Parts: sequence; structure tokens; C-alpha cells
Amino acid sequence: MNPTNYLVLSAILFSIGAAGVLVRRNAIVVFMCIELMLNASNLAFVTFARMNGTLDGQVVAFFVMVVAAAEVVVGLAIIVTIFRTRNSASVDEPNLLRL
Amino acid sequence: MVHLAVPMAETLTFPSLQYRAMAPILIVLGAAVLGVVVEALVPQAARRAVQLAVTLGGLATALVFVVATPGSELGVVAGGTLAIDGPGLFLQMTILVVAIAAMLVVAERRVDPAGDAFAPRASSLVGSGEEQEQTRRGWSQTEVWPLSLFAVGGMLLFVTANDLLILFLALEVMSLPLYLLAGMARRRRLLSQEAAMKYFLLGSFASAFLLYGSAMLFGYAGSLDFAAIADAFRDKPGQLGLQVIGLTLLGAGLLFKAAAVPFHMWAPDVYQGAPTPITGFMAGAVKVAAFGALLRVMYVALGGAAWEWQPAFWVIASVTMLVGVVLAVTSSDIKRMLAYSSVAHAGFLLLGVVAFSTAGLSATMFYLLAYGLTTVGAFAVVMLVRGPSGEAGHLSSWAGLGRTSPVLAGVFALFLLALAGIPLTSGFTAKFGVFAAAIEAGGVWPVIAAVVASAISAFFYLKVIVLMFFARPGPDAPAVVVPSLLTTTAIGVAVVATLLLGVFPQAFLDLASGSTPFLR
Repeated sequence: MNPTNYLVLSAILFSIGAAGVLVRRNAIVVFMCIELMLNASNLAFVTFARMNGTLDGQVVAFFVMVVAAAEVVVGLAIIVTIFRTRNSASVDEPNLLRL
Repeated sequence: MVHLAVPMAETLTFPSLQYRAMAPILIVLGAAVLGVVVEALVPQAARRAVQLAVTLGGLATALVFVVATPGSELGVVAGGTLAIDGPGLFLQMTILVVAIAAMLVVAERRVDPAGDAFAPRASSLVGSGEEQEQTRRGWSQTEVWPLSLFAVGGMLLFVTANDLLILFLALEVMSLPLYLLAGMARRRRLLSQEAAMKYFLLGSFASAFLLYGSAMLFGYAGSLDFAAIADAFRDKPGQLGLQVIGLTLLGAGLLFKAAAVPFHMWAPDVYQGAPTPITGFMAGAVKVAAFGALLRVMYVALGGAAWEWQPAFWVIASVTMLVGVVLAVTSSDIKRMLAYSSVAHAGFLLLGVVAFSTAGLSATMFYLLAYGLTTVGAFAVVMLVRGPSGEAGHLSSWAGLGRTSPVLAGVFALFLLALAGIPLTSGFTAKFGVFAAAIEAGGVWPVIAAVVASAISAFFYLKVIVLMFFARPGPDAPAVVVPSLLTTTAIGVAVVATLLLGVFPQAFLDLASGSTPFLR
């Protein structure tokens, strides 16, 4: 199968993720969309590694998975703290910071 | 059917590691791990002092190692992933000096009746019985120190990263602790948590863009190494799509951290909501790290594509300066005003980046040193001016401060003049350098925009000075906390640096220009 198809898939996944971040209102869902963007990048890295015949891209995918796991720890800590204070995880509700 | 050649049994050669060249990074990250152990094992009463010693000791040792790096150690080390070169060392030195000053401010305990500026336990519910019980018993966590050290370690790595993978990892090691630090304020916790969430979601969004851009550049060049990417831009025409998408997304990710327009939306909210000592740390050190990485990526990896990114960067620089100063004029909160001023400074710094010359590189590095120290000092002063419910954020409550506490107001006025770029302060020398480099590179119009922006910026800096010295104190005049030796030292260092870099800048200008160029 032509590896370019995987690149197209990765671009579609990345766009779905980016659009989700912009339109969804729940912080958890926004965060999941960001994870989708990271995984789309992983797919692109692995595909390019196969096309270029180097292993570097596959190594990157492992590191990105570890970083994504660390990001979940930090992100959920922040979102859960906000949820416990406000009983909501909406990204629109916290709006105290303005001019 | 496409046949793809993937080596099935590629032998992995273990890269030789040059521990001396990497020592500053390893020391800071080692101190951070030690801080985590201290947090777990040392009893409550002694913990804060031990953490302070570990943090300052680690940063100071790393600074000594950076300054004393012998010339023979310079080079691309660790299998080509790190470039320990002149600019790398200069930026590492700047980050460490700014971080030490910022950590002295973080350690200040006189700003609040209950202790320092940080929540005893950031995870417990605001105002709950649980939290009151913890405050009554004096239980507090000191995780702010190891988190800051991890962030500094990430910054040191970020400015020397010579590889797309290390660039991404360093960005995350730097950013993840900062997201948490932003949410740890003792007072106005809701604002602080809101800042943390905004910073986290937008920061991770930008990191994802940076990663996807890296993937495109990897696909184009077939390597993660900056030097190999530069060679590909020189020797490998075609695949313009991958080039442009990669360059744009990677640039967007880096410009987000640098808080350049149109990726600046997070800056005012995060700067206002985060605990003020952390705001100073972010405004000073993160700016240095972000521009350090931006310089290396643009000069080393994407230097061959300068004709592609330079026109866009001239526009971004001009728009960033003008938007920053206009929004700063309209803001009535002192931290927000300084945040927009930091956006404007990102625009001035971009002039040095886009000049794409040795002069631009050294001018940008000098600017970062001058700006970093002045900013840490300015936020330290903001932390000391307090009303009944915490810091006196609103500009109106700063009226008449020059009559009640003339020394503090005078120091703050000096920092504001430096930020405005008045002669005999560090800001003037720094701005002159980047403007000259930009003119040399043919950017006359952006420099005219920069001069206009400087003129507008002088308006709102001088507005605060006039307010402090020529207005009567209002009924809700804030009290000024007399700081301990820690904050006094930090502010003193900032004052000395602001004057020294303004009156006798030559030694530092020579140091900056002697540190160029990048190795690859």
C-alpha cells in the first residue's frame, strides 16, 4: 500500500484534533483532541521513517508517547482541580481574567 | 506495490557522551530529582531551608560550570543532539542568572501573613475545611522548588537542542512544570487555576503544532539533525509543500512560547493569574529560552530557507510590537500591562532574529540578558506592593507610591525606563543593537514601526511613573512590604544589571558578539 495514504490519514487526524480544540467546550475533550494531534504526528513520523528508510522517526514516536503520558498527568491534575472548585470542566466558564 | 528499503538489523552504536559539556544540564536536572527526594524524606520544619539550599546550590554550581567551560569542550556533542557552542553557553548563562534572581524572589516569605506566595497544597479545595486545617497546622508542600528546577533544566536543554526530537522534549520538560506553577498562587486561587488551565491547553496545542511541523521537516530532510535539515534545504529542491508546512508549524510552535502576535493571547491571562514570583520567572527565563531555541532553529536548521521565512517574520515582528504596545496602553492592571509590554518586547527581539546576521544574533542575545533581569526585578517590585486582599494589581492603587515609599518607587521607575528604552539604561543599548542589525538587513520599515512602538510604549511606562510620583495616594493606598534579604538581593542584582548594561555595556556586548556564531 502506498505510504502516502498514511500521511493523508495523519493530516486528517491532525485536522480533526485541531478543529476539536477550537470548537469543543469541555476541557477533557479539548485535551483529548490535543492527544489526537500528537498521535497524528506520531503516525507521520513513523510513515516518514518507513519512506526514508531510517529508524529515527520510530524512535521519536516512542518519546512522544512518553511525553503524552506525562502531559496527561499534568493536564488531568489541573483540570480535576478546576472541576473540584467549580463543579464544571467547561473552558468557557473560568473567565475572571480580563482587562 | 512500492518496495521500501528499511534496514532490518541496523546496528545501534552508542554515542559517546561529553559529560563536561553537558554538566550544567545534568547538574540542574540532578538537583531537581534531589529536590523530589527531599520533598519526600526531609521533615516539615527543615524542608524549606533544604529545598532552598538545593535549588540555589544547583543553579549556582551549574552557572560556574557554564562560565568555566573550556574552549576545547565546545562542539556538537551527545551524538549530534546537543550543540554546546558560544551562543548556547551565553544563553545558558543568561537563563541561570535570571533563574537565580527569580528563585530568590520565589523564596520571599514576608509577602503574606501566612508565608510565601504559594498555596500550601495546590490540590486541596479553595477555602475548604481541609485547607484551613492544613494552614492551621502549618502543613505545606515545597514542590515549587523541584518544579522550577525541572523547568530550568528544560530551558538549558532547549537553547542547546540541535535535533528536532530534543527540541520537542526540552520544550515539554520546560513547559509542563510551568503549567503547574502557574496554578499555585496562595491568594486569588481561582484566577491562578484559570491561568494554569489556559496556559496548559494553549501550550499543549502549540506543542502539537511544533511536533507536526517537525514531522514534516523530518519527512522532507530524512533526518532530525539540524545540520542535515540545513543541507537538505541547500541541496534538495522540490517538495515545497513539506518545506512550507513544516516551517510554518514549527515556527508557530516556537513563536507561541515567545508570545509573538498572533500567538500572544495566553500571555496576559497567564501573567496576571500566576503567582507573581512565577510570572517574573516566566517573563524572564522562558523568553530567553524561547528566543534561544528560535534563533538556533531559524539560523542553523532553516538558514537555507531564509528567503521563505524572512518576509513573514518582518510582518510578525512589526505587528507584534504595535499590537503589544496598543493593548498595554488600554490595560489597567499592572501585571497585565507588563504582560503586553512583554509581547511588545517579543516584537523588538524578533527584529534581531529576522536580521539573520551575526550582528542580529549578538544583539538579540544581549537584549535577552538585559530584558530578563529587568523583568524579574519589575515583577519582584509588583509582588511587594500589596493591598488588603493580596497584591495591588489595579494601576489606580499605585498612585502616590513615590511619596509613601520613594526608594521602591524609584527602583520601579528605573525598571520602567529600562523597558521603555531610555538612554543610560540597559533597554536603550539593547534596542539600539537590534534596530541597527535590522536596518543592516534591509528592514527599514519594520524599524520605523519599532520606533513608533517605542514612542507609544514610553507613554504607558511614563504614565505609571507620573502616577507614582505626582498623584496623591488614594484612600485604598497599598502597603509596601519590607522584603527580606532574598528579594532585596534579587532586586539589587536587577538594578545593578540595568544600570551596568546601560552605562558600561561594552564588556557584555563584546561577550555577546564573541559568542557567535552557532556551531553545526
